[in-house]
Amino acid sequence: MGFWKNQLTGPTDPATDAAWDTGKPRKGFFTDTSICIGCKACEVACKEWNAVPEDGLGLLGSSYDNTGALGASTWRHVAFVEQDGDRIATARESGRRLVDLGMPALRATAEAAGGSSDGSGVTDLRGATPTERTAVGQRESTGQPFQDGGSAGVAVAEAEIPDFRWLMSSDVCKHCTHAACLDVCPTGALFRTEFGTVVVQDDVCNGCGYCVAACPFGVIERRPGEDTVKNAGIAQKCTLCYDRIGHDQTPACAQACPTTSIKFGDLAQMQDAARERVDVLHDLGYPEARLYGANENDGVGGTGSVFLLLDEPEVYGLPPDPRVTTAALPDMFRKAGFAAVAMLGLAAASFVGGRRR
Amino acid sequence: MAECHPVGFQWVAEARRRGAKVIHIDPRFTRTSASADKHIPIRAGSDVVFLGALVNHVLAKELYFRDYVVAYTNASTLVNEDYRDTEALDGLFSGYDPEKGAYSLKSWAYETDGSDDQNRAGSVGEAGPEEHGAMKSDHSAGDQHGSGGPALEHAKVLRDETLQHPRTVFQILKRHYARYTPELVADTCGISVDDFHYVAKAITENSGRDRTTSWVYSVGWTQHTLGAQFIRTSAILQLLLGNMGRPGGGIMALRGHASIQGSTDIPTLYNILPGYLAMPMAGTHDTWEQYLDAIASKEQKGFWANADAYAVSLLKSWWGDTATAENNWCYDYLPRLSGPHGTYQTVMSMLEDEVEGYFLLGQNPAVGSAHGRMQRLGLSHLKWLVVRDLNLIESATFWKDGPEIATGELKTEDIQTEVFFLPPASHVEKAGTFTQTQRLLQWRHKAVAPPGDCQSELEFFYELGRRIRQKLKDSTDPRDRPLLDLTWDYPVDETGEIDPTAVLLEINGVHLTGADAGKPLDTYIDMRADGSTTGGCWIYTGVFGGGVNHAASRVPGREQNEVALDWGWAWPMNRRILYNRASADPDGKPWSERKAYVWWDEASGKWTGDDVPDFPVTTRPDYRPGEGTGGPQGLAGDDPFIMQADGKGWLFTPKGMLDGPLPTHYEPQESPVRNPLYAQQSNPARKVFPRKDNLWAPSAGAPGSEVYPYVFTTYRLTEHHTAGGMSRWLPYLAELQPEFFCEVSPELAAERGLENGGWATLVSARTAIEARVLVTERMTPMTIGGRTIHQIGLPYHWGVGSEALVTGDAANDLLGVALDPNVQIQESKVGSCDIKPGRRPRGEELLRLVAEYQSRSGTTVMTGNELDTTGADATDIDSTGQEH
Repeated sequence: MGFWKNQLTGPTDPATDAAWDTGKPRKGFFTDTSICIGCKACEVACKEWNAVPEDGLGLLGSSYDNTGALGASTWRHVAFVEQDGDRIATARESGRRLVDLGMPALRATAEAAGGSSDGSGVTDLRGATPTERTAVGQRESTGQPFQDGGSAGVAVAEAEIPDFRWLMSSDVCKHCTHAACLDVCPTGALFRTEFGTVVVQDDVCNGCGYCVAACPFGVIERRPGEDTVKNAGIAQKCTLCYDRIGHDQTPACAQACPTTSIKFGDLAQMQDAARERVDVLHDLGYPEARLYGANENDGVGGTGSVFLLLDEPEVYGLPPDPRVTTAALPDMFRKAGFAAVAMLGLAAASFVGGRRR
Repeated sequence: MAECHPVGFQWVAEARRRGAKVIHIDPRFTRTSASADKHIPIRAGSDVVFLGALVNHVLAKELYFRDYVVAYTNASTLVNEDYRDTEALDGLFSGYDPEKGAYSLKSWAYETDGSDDQNRAGSVGEAGPEEHGAMKSDHSAGDQHGSGGPALEHAKVLRDETLQHPRTVFQILKRHYARYTPELVADTCGISVDDFHYVAKAITENSGRDRTTSWVYSVGWTQHTLGAQFIRTSAILQLLLGNMGRPGGGIMALRGHASIQGSTDIPTLYNILPGYLAMPMAGTHDTWEQYLDAIASKEQKGFWANADAYAVSLLKSWWGDTATAENNWCYDYLPRLSGPHGTYQTVMSMLEDEVEGYFLLGQNPAVGSAHGRMQRLGLSHLKWLVVRDLNLIESATFWKDGPEIATGELKTEDIQTEVFFLPPASHVEKAGTFTQTQRLLQWRHKAVAPPGDCQSELEFFYELGRRIRQKLKDSTDPRDRPLLDLTWDYPVDETGEIDPTAVLLEINGVHLTGADAGKPLDTYIDMRADGSTTGGCWIYTGVFGGGVNHAASRVPGREQNEVALDWGWAWPMNRRILYNRASADPDGKPWSERKAYVWWDEASGKWTGDDVPDFPVTTRPDYRPGEGTGGPQGLAGDDPFIMQADGKGWLFTPKGMLDGPLPTHYEPQESPVRNPLYAQQSNPARKVFPRKDNLWAPSAGAPGSEVYPYVFTTYRLTEHHTAGGMSRWLPYLAELQPEFFCEVSPELAAERGLENGGWATLVSARTAIEARVLVTERMTPMTIGGRTIHQIGLPYHWGVGSEALVTGDAANDLLGVALDPNVQIQESKVGSCDIKPGRRPRGEELLRLVAEYQSRSGTTVMTGNELDTTGADATDIDSTGQEH
């Protein structure tokens, strides 16, 4: 049961679960948004290497972001967020609370805490009193937050809060430990690679679109367009450059990044680098720095793409507490089982009762 | 820098990771600001006030690096008695000639003891015949200083190392900047007193024996009627703080394209020859002797004194055996300049039908140059136009889809210009060098052959020359001799293309005689004026030293030290930091252990260190030349600025700058602000062109200035390249910034009813354009002289046409043409305009809108074009917006 449980939720090595025995370490990204300069070289390099078509020529009026979101023809997306001093103060306050919670920061699930089940775990905590937070934090639970504040304390002297800042962040497929897209794929077009990443086989996908609804991050999409468009109608997303990393090459986006904001390597090392970096930023007086996706106890079992953010995930267009749709599967089966047994019982009872009558 | 040079910015990011503080001073908040410790918005065009106030702060608080300043700069040099400062003449320096709108430079000269020549009247004049500033401006003489300072007749100057004499440069400097205070900065630049002190503290604490500060600039400083003086102010500051010639110091110019540095070293400019040798002027440099006298004096210090050897070697490279001592090395084969033939004057000549043909090589002036309308109308007067570009750019299609077709000003069937569109090889389809901003030549190998008929520039020009020579081969006309006598024979490589290493070798130069005949020169010091050497660009000599193409050196950084001498090759002599003798103290010892770089090694009797020493390698620190010794032997052991005529860093420029020996604040050609320092409103030596097609908004609160109340500035975005020829045709780049937009503050948006994502029409005294609106807090309104000044940001990548994936109105169409006098750079970083919601009118209606604005403002051909305004009745232009 444990084996099956791990395939649906919680910490695990997804490549092993997928029956790979190559012994290759799981690969992933660490995207450090604190040094992103918003050049979008990652977007262009990704498209060049993967021959992803142009994705529309409209001005969005959204700072310097004219890409909008990840999609079938956008596998890297750089968000541009303009913030005033008040918002920066709020970000710092929320970061400070994450640090106060300790590492790993815990979150109450609806079941464990008996609280709301809207999934916005961290947001729930924002309004809580310190006592409540402690109480919540002490509870053991199955689901944990996507963000964590790292292991170090906050520097005594915090950096001055500027009047304005411009956040830039390059988003990408998360290559989840428990990948909902893969779990729901009826054709086997989506598969887990020996590197623990999740890749679509274009020639197997039948375009059913189950994965699109399943992805808790809104990453995967079917490519719109006529037949002349490459892979039109087929589900498309980042492959973590499967065709490059298989030859010991760096994915195109990480290779192109001039400031090493996008780092690529063994996931364990990426997670370590991310934790070190968040500690450095805390020491420098930026408690707003936090990690996203580095917690293997979160709703998708941790991600293959780890991010260092300087504000709450929603600010960057990221879900605060995504959960793999299949995480509830055992519970659903259990409840369905109860229901079936109960119905059978009732049915049986009705017959029994009928006889009595 | 992050915005326009993201790849280079990785090193700034790295420096920051190691603890460097990064301050970004820019009218708008950019990607660079986002990655900096602090962003300080500044009013466009007010930089001399800001930098001058830093100079004043450093002087007044005695924060300058005294040992460095006394020994290595001209701070202690005396200026002659005739010099008068702007402080005395209300914004003019002595020597202003209102007739010519230019300065005579005589009165700015150094004082000399005059012991040997009573005719010199006690001042150090220039080498060769005295040339008026107006004449110098005609050939953009400032461009000649790309590799060293201007020539002086000798270096026998008077110095007072106590810095107390009232006519020392130091005291003049102090007086000149005394009124540049933090309060003036606040009121003129829009930078708060606190922010000023933040910068002042940061740079002074980070300069001295143990630390160095560097300044980085690009066209935000240069593209002004005062552009060269912006950089000069920074140079003064850096010399005072001891930040020149030292690791981590310097003033870094970021160039706008690959090899723009290369295209001034081996110039595509009208006024200089390779290696910054002057192009001869008709009437001034008629004879070889006149030319030699003008380019350098044998009595001045340093390596420019050998300019004759550089010039002869160049002529020998071009004309080979035909160039002999008897015919002055074919000096008379060189064309002579007859006036200013800069790009803007050439376009005006086109409009007069004085120019028949034009080559555009990877340039899109219909979009990228100031006053796009004038550019396009000029092109329509040509007989023929050759466009060599990767795409059918707007400059190649203006005759069918340009804005003037839409307004009816041009009719396709009336345009007689024959346009030839020729396909070029891209940078991966040809081999050769790029020279980047650090003067580093880097070889690039050809990755693939160019497709179809595409040719590299090398192939194209070789073939063009071959065909012209073929046509002329039977000519007996003497004017064809320069072409027929050219050395025009290059070996081909295995693919049948000209071997570009042969061209690099020609540039490097070879020995023609003696034991080494045929061997490449190792250094420019080997060049001779007797015809025994060749060399196409003396500063590049050594790139092929030892017969090795050093530009192709590729030793990875991890296998060498930080100076990385084995990656590429930097001119001159592979030096990575110029004037690096200054990294050691006068005794030749490093200023500090932390900043040790190049030093004197007593044991070996040589200069040594991490870099190639930029000094005569065996000249001892305590060496003092005999009276009157010129050239490299004239350099004292503590004269680190070896390309300056006196061996010193110039705080005050007795020669070389045409608009003043010290930078002084003047307002831009178009400005809503009255010059707070002087009656002289704008640079009195700037080049103006009073023409009906080049009108200006009234400035400084004069009546009509309220018609164009806002300041606009133009710039580039990461996603596009200049006029878009290499980016708007590429879907992956076009989609990232698909439409022309203007950036406005929320306050301006509220004032004018602009909506984010909506449309706006911008009107200048030249034309009107439309743009989508981005409302952003990255633009900051400023309080200047008690009034709110709004700045509007305009990226200039789009153009009107039908070939690109994304098109739009061109920001540069708003600009007029007014130039800096030193290098004839246009003022394209600041102008005045109005903005209102909605799209612009179409067709003739557009012309009516522009005319209506012009009429309402009362602008005339002379508006903004009065050069000397010191005599103007102050009340005329003092009715500023405060009263309105």
